[in-house]
Amino acid sequence: MSDFILLFRATDAGRQAAMGTPERAQKSLQTWLNWITDLEAKGHLKERGQPLEPTGKLVDGRNGRKVITDGPYAEAKDILLGFIIVQAKDIDEAAQLSLACPMVDGGGSVEVRPVGSLDV
Amino acid sequence: MNLEEHLFRRESGRLVAALTRIFGVHNLALAEDVAQDAFCRALEVWNLRGIPDNPAAWLMTTAKHRALDVLRRERTARAFADEIARSLDADRELTSVVDQAFAFDSVRDEQLRMMFSCCHPRLPEETQIALILNILCGFGALEIASAFLAGRAAIEKRISRGKKTLAATRHLFDLSDAQCGRRLSAVRRALYLLFNEGYHGASAETSIRAELCGEAMRLTALLGQHPLPASTETAALAALMYLHAARLPSRLDDAGDLKSLFDQDRSKWDSHLVARGLELLEQSASGTDVSVYHVEAAIAAAHAAAPTAADTDWPTIVALYDRLMSIGPSPVVALNRAIAVAERDGPESGISALQQMADRDRLAKYPFMPAALGELELRRGNRDDARAHFEAALKLARNETERRYLHIRVRACRELEPGSDLLMKRDGHPV
Repeated sequence: MSDFILLFRATDAGRQAAMGTPERAQKSLQTWLNWITDLEAKGHLKERGQPLEPTGKLVDGRNGRKVITDGPYAEAKDILLGFIIVQAKDIDEAAQLSLACPMVDGGGSVEVRPVGSLDV
Repeated sequence: MNLEEHLFRRESGRLVAALTRIFGVHNLALAEDVAQDAFCRALEVWNLRGIPDNPAAWLMTTAKHRALDVLRRERTARAFADEIARSLDADRELTSVVDQAFAFDSVRDEQLRMMFSCCHPRLPEETQIALILNILCGFGALEIASAFLAGRAAIEKRISRGKKTLAATRHLFDLSDAQCGRRLSAVRRALYLLFNEGYHGASAETSIRAELCGEAMRLTALLGQHPLPASTETAALAALMYLHAARLPSRLDDAGDLKSLFDQDRSKWDSHLVARGLELLEQSASGTDVSVYHVEAAIAAAHAAAPTAADTDWPTIVALYDRLMSIGPSPVVALNRAIAVAERDGPESGISALQQMADRDRLAKYPFMPAALGELELRRGNRDDARAHFEAALKLARNETERRYLHIRVRACRELEPGSDLLMKRDGHPV
């Protein structure tokens, strides 16, 4: 089994739209919790992960000088909203697990990345 | 852990009310955005970390922080509520004004002021109800549209027009205003109509209809908590809602068919709701005023007191309908009175009461008018006449549930022998 990080992303508009009405939001929350519970029950949930505030600072040295600006997504369309770490036998299984993630139904995306390891 | 049902919906109304106090009603859209944002944050954090111990308090704190961010960021760019304008430059004061807006009693009062504001006399009743559902109950346009069997675009237009009127008032309605009594009647009327939409409503989805009834009851309870004038009338309205809500579980049978009051399985009536309704009715009797809500609640109580349809105290019910005709006459009241008269004095008397109704042409499109005639003719043994009436009613049916109900009645005219048990206890009562 290997570790994979699932990165949850959405656009700001998509975020607001996915939230929809309060009733829809409540149902969507319930779906998420069911998804996570299911991952946990099947032994895939390695770390519950962390939600991220949508705004922050960007410390940038790409243009030859160091600049601190507001917002990590000045040029990015997607906002990184949070992550969890799952265990799966390979990346295909990790992607399959993410397919059921409500984020994907809600117009967002899940980026699946293997976590680097010292074992070679 | 599961959330309390409809928690987000209820909290949405509370957040928007508190935020409107801070931003001013002209910034209603901003208040709604900030509330929406708090829900977004809740989803993103709770999705991963689970639901906090006190989700309502979490939402409120998040909204408060967002509100302070907005105030600090836009203090020069935007005009907020007068109350906040004085504190904008002193951050500590600002925090305390915002805290105050989110205090329990303030939130309750702001919700009431919002409710009163939604019932602006310039707005048609259907707009008032749509606004209440949208702002105070957190229903989206699509949800309202499906409850009222209306198009989404039409509801959106209705809501946005209503909000324009609201924003133009600059201030939410002041509950100590001299006009409060008159506006209070409009508020009660809107809540009454909201409840009726749930109870008799067009939507075929029972869950949506029960939610409308539930929201009407919740807001009426909120109204009853405030020491407003004429509170006995509000208690009567609440009593009426509880006594009717008690019957909701038996209005449709297991197959989803509408059951008349005469055919309902009364063991399914919710005895807790009946008890609470009777308690409220007693409270409502402490004043001197007798409103239409008092009389309608008393009629509902008389039905609730009868263990079977045959045990109903019809003379009392007829007397109550007479009273209702004198203080709040309407063609539907006259129709129900005629049905009660038929129960008391026999079908002929009922038919002649129906024929003598003053403005019966106003019920030209109401399916339960011909349906009532059909029931009474059927009871007299005039099966052909009865069938013609039911067929006329069927043409007027407004939804699938009514259509199925009336189909069954048309068939009954063919299948049943005059004088059978079923014939004796049926009648056209739409409840």
